[in-house]
Amino acid sequence: MLSLKWRLSSQLRSSCIFNLSNIVDRGGVFEAVNQAISWPLQLRVLAAFSASSASVCRGPGAESLTGTGVGKMIHSLFLINCSGDIFLEKHWKSVVSQSVCDYFFEAQEKAADVENVPPVISTPHHYLISIYRDKLFFVSVIQTEVPPLFVIEFLHRVADTFQDYFGECSEAAIKDNVVIVYELLEEMLDNGFPLATESNILKELIKPPTILRSVVNSITGSSNVGDTLPTGQLSNIPWRRAGVKYTNNEAYFDVIEEIDAIIDKSGSTVFAEIQGVIDACIKLSGMPDLSLSFMNPRLLDDVSFHPCIRFKRWESERVLSFIPPDGNFRLISYRVSSQNLVAIPVYVKHSISFKENSSCGRFDITIGPKQNMGKTIEGITVTVHMPKVVLNMNLTPTQGSYTFDPVTKVLTWDVGKITPQKLPSLKGLVNLQSGAPKPEENPSLNIQFKIQQLAISGLKVNRLDMYGEKYKPFKGVKYVTKAGKFQVRT
Amino acid sequence: MSSNSFSYNEQSGGGEAAELGQEATSTISPSGAFGLFSSDLKKNEDLKQMLESNKDSAKLDAMKRIVGMIAKGKNASELFPAVVKNVASKNIEIKKLVYVYLVRYAEEQQDLALLSISTFQRALKDPNQLIRASALRVLSSIRVPIIVPIMMLAIKEASADLSPYVRKNAAHAIQKLYSLDPEQKEMLIEVIEKLLKDKSTLVAGSVVMAFEEVCPDRIDLIHKNYRKLCNLLVDVEEWGQVVIIHMLTRYARTQFVSPWKEGDELEDNEKNFYESDDDQKEKTDKRKKPYTMDPDHRLLIRNTKPLLQSRNAAVVMAVAQLYWHISPKSEAGIISKSLVRLLRSNREVQYIVLQNIATMSIQRKGMFEPYLKSFYVRSTDPTMIKTLKLEILTNLANEANISTLLREFQTYVKSQDKQFAAATIQTIGRCATNILEVTDTCLNGLVCLLSNRDEIVVAESVVVIKKLLQMQPAQHGEIIKHMAKLLDSITVPVARASILWLIGENCERVPKIAPDVLRKMAKSFTSEDDLVKLQILNLGAKLYLTNSKQTKLLTQYILNLGKYDQNYDIRDRTRFIRQLIVPNEKSGALSKYAKKIFLAQKPAPLLESPFKDRDHFQLGTLSHTLNVKATGYLELSNWPEVAPDPSVRNVEVIELAKEWTPAGKAKQENSAKKFYSESEEEEDSSDSSSDSESESGSESGEQGQSGEEGDSSEDSSEDSSSEQDSESGRDSGQENKRTAKRNSKAKGKSDSEDGEKENEKSKTSDSSSAESSSIEDSSSDSESESESESESESRRVTKEKEKKTKQDRTPVAKDVSLLDLDDFNPVSTPVALPPPALSPSLMADLEGLNLSTSSSVISENIY
Repeated sequence: MLSLKWRLSSQLRSSCIFNLSNIVDRGGVFEAVNQAISWPLQLRVLAAFSASSASVCRGPGAESLTGTGVGKMIHSLFLINCSGDIFLEKHWKSVVSQSVCDYFFEAQEKAADVENVPPVISTPHHYLISIYRDKLFFVSVIQTEVPPLFVIEFLHRVADTFQDYFGECSEAAIKDNVVIVYELLEEMLDNGFPLATESNILKELIKPPTILRSVVNSITGSSNVGDTLPTGQLSNIPWRRAGVKYTNNEAYFDVIEEIDAIIDKSGSTVFAEIQGVIDACIKLSGMPDLSLSFMNPRLLDDVSFHPCIRFKRWESERVLSFIPPDGNFRLISYRVSSQNLVAIPVYVKHSISFKENSSCGRFDITIGPKQNMGKTIEGITVTVHMPKVVLNMNLTPTQGSYTFDPVTKVLTWDVGKITPQKLPSLKGLVNLQSGAPKPEENPSLNIQFKIQQLAISGLKVNRLDMYGEKYKPFKGVKYVTKAGKFQVRT
Repeated sequence: MSSNSFSYNEQSGGGEAAELGQEATSTISPSGAFGLFSSDLKKNEDLKQMLESNKDSAKLDAMKRIVGMIAKGKNASELFPAVVKNVASKNIEIKKLVYVYLVRYAEEQQDLALLSISTFQRALKDPNQLIRASALRVLSSIRVPIIVPIMMLAIKEASADLSPYVRKNAAHAIQKLYSLDPEQKEMLIEVIEKLLKDKSTLVAGSVVMAFEEVCPDRIDLIHKNYRKLCNLLVDVEEWGQVVIIHMLTRYARTQFVSPWKEGDELEDNEKNFYESDDDQKEKTDKRKKPYTMDPDHRLLIRNTKPLLQSRNAAVVMAVAQLYWHISPKSEAGIISKSLVRLLRSNREVQYIVLQNIATMSIQRKGMFEPYLKSFYVRSTDPTMIKTLKLEILTNLANEANISTLLREFQTYVKSQDKQFAAATIQTIGRCATNILEVTDTCLNGLVCLLSNRDEIVVAESVVVIKKLLQMQPAQHGEIIKHMAKLLDSITVPVARASILWLIGENCERVPKIAPDVLRKMAKSFTSEDDLVKLQILNLGAKLYLTNSKQTKLLTQYILNLGKYDQNYDIRDRTRFIRQLIVPNEKSGALSKYAKKIFLAQKPAPLLESPFKDRDHFQLGTLSHTLNVKATGYLELSNWPEVAPDPSVRNVEVIELAKEWTPAGKAKQENSAKKFYSESEEEEDSSDSSSDSESESGSESGEQGQSGEEGDSSEDSSEDSSSEQDSESGRDSGQENKRTAKRNSKAKGKSDSEDGEKENEKSKTSDSSSAESSSIEDSSSDSESESESESESESRRVTKEKEKKTKQDRTPVAKDVSLLDLDDFNPVSTPVALPPPALSPSLMADLEGLNLSTSSSVISENIY
């Protein structure tokens, strides 16, 4: 490598017209450089300088490569796809060889499935902290002590940003936009420490790709990179960009609640709680100051806020007061704890049995509505991880359709809507591997559903007020209840 | 959302089209495979040409392809000379990509990298702060040792820049320079010291990061900035918050006394910070003085609390560990709710949080008991999450909840995930040993599992039962018989070995079965696993000693088999046992004691949590996760026995005087800065700190240098005079000064009472901040000893009033701010009227947002 470097620099030297190498004094050279204005002159001066001092700078340089590589936080990032190809790498400090990922692959092999790859791996010289998102591994290389959650949270933020920019966080999307990805990573992290992670700021620095822009850019030669200062970065409200203008000013809030529950064999609730979020889509001009109040704010047991929310207002008045970021963002997430009784909107009747010494079993489940507050339950899907000995299933649904994957042993029943008159059921026979012992336990059923226009906790938005701008915004609130981690043990 | 995916589709198509358009010269797209090595040389040639062309579009295209190469990990260093020439390009995107390239290859191409330096030097003087900042960023990222002096100069200049954004970048550059050349440490510390004084929230996180990296041991740099950092914390960006909180945790552990013991600071039996409750009680009895928390300590605890509500898991975890390590035990409970909330997050976050909860739940069960059910396992959880949850459930188990838990465990045992089922059995074993009431129930349950169809489950049960039986040497003949039968069916070596050991150990309780088992084992000896063979030998030896009539020949036979075994361990063991138990003329005195040796009472194994030994690592750290000390781990020190001088944190007035001058502009800025925290308390405390005088500041600085005198602990501890006496005796040189101080302190105390009264209005329930002000008062008073008491008193009062008025004025200044609500009269109809273009029905719907159904219809239409 050294010889290569030497060759290159000597080439350059020979290409210089003026040989200024008689300036040996270091300070003199730098001063000369400082004063130099025209590019070619600088080039020559510096080339001469580099030639004269090549031996000087090479010594400590080599040392710094190996020796004091101290540095906190994230050193490098590798993106790895499911088949184990490293398809993108980015280094914020000196380069770390790809071979460091071998330790990761080793751990991946050891773990039975992708979900079980430990997020933190220790290697002789580095630590690898990884996340698994959308069939991709984000593997970061760390050299010294760092709070692991710091890195994990950041990596998720990176993935969120990709999602935000490209619509999906997939290998194809990243490869297609590799330049934007690189620009983003450059802005998000400086020397391994997060710099700009707010999507509003990033979008000002690097514009997301759209068809119009890329066509225009290719014709005019203009770029995706913003040349103005991201105003947010410098203000007290870093999450909002300045100079936002809309012709239609709109503010929408989605109250989405998910029911996490474990229902036991007999149908009684082992554990249930409600996890809610309020996602906002705010398209308001200028600097609006919003305050959102609830009819029953005391319901919210444990809340986490977007940084824009004024904590003190919430503490004292239970009002969400904030200057929103522009666009889509998550305003709050909250938990309504299991102490308050959680209404379970569906019930499942099930009878799954495997006969001893025979290669078949019976499977019968029925779903019915319960405490649904008069709303229709829709989008019901039942997923069952059948035991390994199950070969195939012959079932008849009264409603919807089902699939059984004999490789992963996953049964999926897409039910759709429940009509109380005719409860949907799925019945039939299960073929087992002959000779194998009957499965020890019955599989548990994972249920997905959706109820529109209902927040199961009873949370209600009271009103939204806007201050600071003169126009009248268009406002809307939507409620949805979904099943979260909803599991029925059988 | 859907709109996003739509735009993505557009984009990908568009991107391709654009590429096709641009790349008339080359058929290979930037994102495509660069796999053909043969064409590498040629392709680089045309990249060079493109870079040297006059058209920006060609250059940009070339740069994009080069960045693509870098991203793939391909070597593009050959192009360095061609790329570096474009560093001064007018096109901002080209410039940025050149920066990317430079930072990547400068280290390898040091000589050529120098070509770019002057461009950055010029940019550092640019009027646009963004350009200055980015120049500094790139300049400091070029890892070329020869430019160290230039970098140093640039950092120094940037640290005094007017733009906080540039100063932030300067803080980042400090770390880069330090890692490039550690010899610059001293100079860098000066810059850090300067930047630590910075009042911008933008800078705070970055400079603390630099501090942690360059000089984490220079805790003295923090003193003066401690209160400011505490107050700014809420407004710092989230990443900075994490770093600051971790640093302040360490700081607090060196500066404040432990809030955990009720007792005094002088107690010498301070050895272990997690004392048992009994210890604490003893100490409470012995205590001499009541413990009062340092107001600064309280300030930190109070100001971090809102951050538990952060959306960032790292921030929540950082606050949690702060509470765990420095808050009074009674207050740490509030973190559990937030930590449990994090369990809804991603797999990786769950993993780390559960690990930390596991460590916490060993020491303080009560904290997480109310959330027991949140740790119930779902069949869809990854195994590593399941085992961690199980670990926590075990730690939380007690007499009250064990029956519920055992029922839950029964479900887990049947899990399809056999690794998890095995872990559950271990857990049941641990519960059985920890909670004596359920030992028998657990044992019965485990025995039932012995007839389980799955071998792993049975094997694990055997191993656990073995441990349990060992703990209870009572009669369990039935179970042992049952297990002896299992030997015919079970194949897992560990389980077989466990059974054999158990039979050997209890061979006198099952006199009929044991020899028979040995007989069977002798038959299958050669085909057994090494582990089992060793136990067969053991069993033989024990039977030989207790029942030699029946088993003498069998044992001889087994010993003969063992003698010729392939494994040397087994051969060794055979030889050893033979010498020990079979009497011959050569055997020494030891064989007489063979029985005692073999059938000695063995201590039962202790079933312990694997998280037991993790508590000596700071929670939330990498070291804690790995249970190994990671490089660069900063040890959390024990609480000091005597608090170091708290006055070092008093802030000089000169600086603050500037802030509080009636000049409206400065103040307005300040209020705007703090705007988002909106806390009156915070302002109070900063007010109070502004109260202290310049002399006091400089003086306390002196004290800080003169070491841990620990004198004048103006901690408002009433009866610390004896302590002070002894100290003043130690150091007679400063005797005079100190006596004067003590006098003034008495005065200060009375003053502080007055002060409290005066401040009552603003400092309602918040005693600690009142305390803090009293400290400052006293210290400021200590300097005014020359004046008469009444004079200083009155002066102070007027000052107080001035302060009041200023405080009153502050909100007025705030009103000007764009963000303030009071500025806009809420008369204007709070519910917006829809644009007239909408239909009347919609108008009706929009009258109130609480009409959920109708408005949702609207939203659906829009979405």
